Amino acid sequence: MIDLIKLYINGKEVEVPAGTTILKAAEQIGIDVPHLCFEEGLSSVGACRLCVVEVKGARSLVASCAAAVAPGMVVETHSPDVMEARRTILDLLIANHPLDCLTCEKAGECKLADYCYEYGIKETTFKGEKHAYPVEITNPFIVRDMNKCILCGKCVRACAEVTGQNTLDFAYRGFNSMTTPAFEDELVESDCVFCGQCVSVCPTGALTEKQMQGKGRRWDYEKVKTTCPFCGTGCNFDLCVKDGELIGVTSHTGSVVNNKALCVKGRFGWDFVKNERRLTTPLIKKDGEFVSASWDEALELISSRLGEIKEKFGPNSFAALSSARCTNEENYLVQKFTRTVMGTNNVDHCART
Amino acid sequence: MAGLATTFGSGAMTNSINEITNDAQLLMLIGTNTTEAHPIIGYKMRQAARRGAKLIVVDPRRIDLAEEADYWLRIKPGTDIPFLNGLMHIIINEDLHDKEFIEKRTENFELLKETVKNYPPEYVSSLTGISVEDLYAVARLYATTDRAMLFYTLGITEHICGTHNVMSVANLAMLTGHLGRPGTGVNPIRGQNNVQGACDMGALPNVYSGYQKVTDPAARAKFEKAWGVELPGSNGLTIPDMFEKAHDGDVKAMYILGENPVLTDPNSNHIRAALENLEFLVVQELFLTETAEYADVILPAASFAETDGTFTSTERRVQRVRKAIKPVPGQTNWQTLMALSARMGYPLSYRNPEEIWMEMASLSPALAGITYERLEECGIQWPCPSCEHPGTPCLHGATFSHGKGLFQGIDHIPPAEMPDEEYPFLLSTGRILQHYNVTTPYSTGIQSLWSEELSELHPQDAAKLQVETGDKVKVSSRRGELTTKIKVTDRVPPGMIWMSFHYTASPANALTSAGLDPITKTGEYKVAAAKIEKI
Repeated sequence: MIDLIKLYINGKEVEVPAGTTILKAAEQIGIDVPHLCFEEGLSSVGACRLCVVEVKGARSLVASCAAAVAPGMVVETHSPDVMEARRTILDLLIANHPLDCLTCEKAGECKLADYCYEYGIKETTFKGEKHAYPVEITNPFIVRDMNKCILCGKCVRACAEVTGQNTLDFAYRGFNSMTTPAFEDELVESDCVFCGQCVSVCPTGALTEKQMQGKGRRWDYEKVKTTCPFCGTGCNFDLCVKDGELIGVTSHTGSVVNNKALCVKGRFGWDFVKNERRLTTPLIKKDGEFVSASWDEALELISSRLGEIKEKFGPNSFAALSSARCTNEENYLVQKFTRTVMGTNNVDHCART
Repeated sequence: MAGLATTFGSGAMTNSINEITNDAQLLMLIGTNTTEAHPIIGYKMRQAARRGAKLIVVDPRRIDLAEEADYWLRIKPGTDIPFLNGLMHIIINEDLHDKEFIEKRTENFELLKETVKNYPPEYVSSLTGISVEDLYAVARLYATTDRAMLFYTLGITEHICGTHNVMSVANLAMLTGHLGRPGTGVNPIRGQNNVQGACDMGALPNVYSGYQKVTDPAARAKFEKAWGVELPGSNGLTIPDMFEKAHDGDVKAMYILGENPVLTDPNSNHIRAALENLEFLVVQELFLTETAEYADVILPAASFAETDGTFTSTERRVQRVRKAIKPVPGQTNWQTLMALSARMGYPLSYRNPEEIWMEMASLSPALAGITYERLEECGIQWPCPSCEHPGTPCLHGATFSHGKGLFQGIDHIPPAEMPDEEYPFLLSTGRILQHYNVTTPYSTGIQSLWSEELSELHPQDAAKLQVETGDKVKVSSRRGELTTKIKVTDRVPPGMIWMSFHYTASPANALTSAGLDPITKTGEYKVAAAKIEKI
């Protein structure tokens, strides 16, 4: 049995298992504590300090994402001291963050912008040097704009703790701190596997999907949850659609098998769907050449030829190959068609291959 | 799957993916390069290993997970049975087997005992190339760990003895009672997104949906009644037999939906000749594939993003596929199939895929409780016999599907073709992270970074052949030849060349063996003899 611990958050009583963080306890009673470096499923490091709360009797404000609850604890999540601390943190964060929100790819899904809005931070009061890193666009999948990095370290932890690739880490100190592959290599030169876990957790526009650049604002996307068509793991993700066009794939948080994790194929391989070499009309071979045909024409030819062959050579002269890539419903129909219409059990798929 | 069906009564992953990180204390991987072929499962294995679960990797290649492993056993290709028998020999000799489980849940233990008696560690070591010391250590570790999961993929099944390999894996799990609880089990990870579902739906020559046998009069009568036609009562042809019969002229017409056997099936020149010989071929596809070139009629297919439906994952989880955009060819595949069926005198009247599912579920007891509504959040793992049933994350909890688990006595079966003087290299094939059997070559980004084959060759062999990474070589076997670039790496052992099967320009299956598992008709993709020449 895990011990239950009772505490008070903003005057409300809450009971949670021992070891629960204050942040999660607050969440349980519907109190949203802002956070930038905390991510469900990754270790807590308490780096951004935005989640600080006031704990009665504590010497200083406490990072709620890392501090565990204690019996009888009295917590204030939005006291004047806490609000001031958060405003200062946001003020410091945007001191060295380009405020090009008008054209930022992440606009609409940027946590930094959301919190600046919530806490009324329009511009920084700390004037000083700003980074001027070149934006890395040399690989086909991930755009890295380190000018927008707030050093929350979620990309580093996702790379190490989810994928286990350990491609990214912190380098340098102070103002020069950055997250980077070893030797400041570009991702294509590193041993990055382009799973894009880093992109899926990045709270700002520092890491974005290259395929989605300039294709629309995030709030315009219709997100359709589906199941990945590569391999048998059964990962879920969202297809992003705008004006009837497929724009990209983003993680569907909380997916039962994969949560936010995907691989290079699932996250970035979807564009085969819009490849210009897709077949769009039926084709009939005439004198060795494929010629476009109408559905009517093609289906009529198929039904008459299959009918003739069945008539002349019997049902077992026909065989169907169904597909381990198609849906259950399509597979069910292929075997039903083969058995009922063609009258044979000659149906198989590549489970063997 | 036939191997597990023989032993347990059903062929599927016994346990669930999330048990890797939630429950398992030990993971043993035989013939699965999981971080590349099933990346998310592979990543979970790596997470588990780093949190302290023991990891045993049995693979001829030094795959990524070998770097994380407590034991990496570089097994000689095609010696899985002696390896597994060798472990069981040690486990029985040292009295580490689970006598209670064997007594209550299994039959035929004496047969197994007799068989594995002939596999003492020294002999096994000489066959497999694994040290006696490692055999003892791994046998003891697996047998004495409470929650141990076994995983395999095509490194076990793509051999002429694939079915026997699988039964040997199952023997090992039963011997140690590693079944029926979270964090245990025998777990074949299925390669393709809906290979489990295609089997479940009866896209197989011997069963209807839900694995109901076409030769069983009661099952046949049920489907005849539901479908309103008389149905054939004898098993149909498997893929290799279809192509064999097409070759011989007995099969005259084929309908191929979403498959590219010319690229993905072994011994592709034979497949080409068979397709050539057909009187009529229909291919329904997204792209003009190597196989579609042989078609008389090509029907354009709709992709996963263009249709509603379901896929069933390797852990038997049925999940929704949802239509995001309009079908590029103007209609979905289920609509095309309905139209064709109607033209041939058998009209179907489904208004949507959900109605197809409901018909199937009503005829298939193991899936009867699954509705689209119930799949909404996170899918359901079959068996799920009723609408109140929560689904089954872990199979064989109290009993096996056919009562008791059957031990099989299995002896070593060497590969059909081994390297010799003329063809001195062992060719093995598989998948790489960035590509899938189909579709990925049509992804602009993926194709721009990984557009050509880089066959793996050991530094010693590269030195002998005087080739370096990036050089082109000619690889030939008794069945065909190709050219490929090579990558010099100690991932492969000396004497092996390893290729993926993804590239049209270097089609590995022009070389692969004609050897087939006689039971499942799976090709021996993992072992063939080949010759390499510098060009």
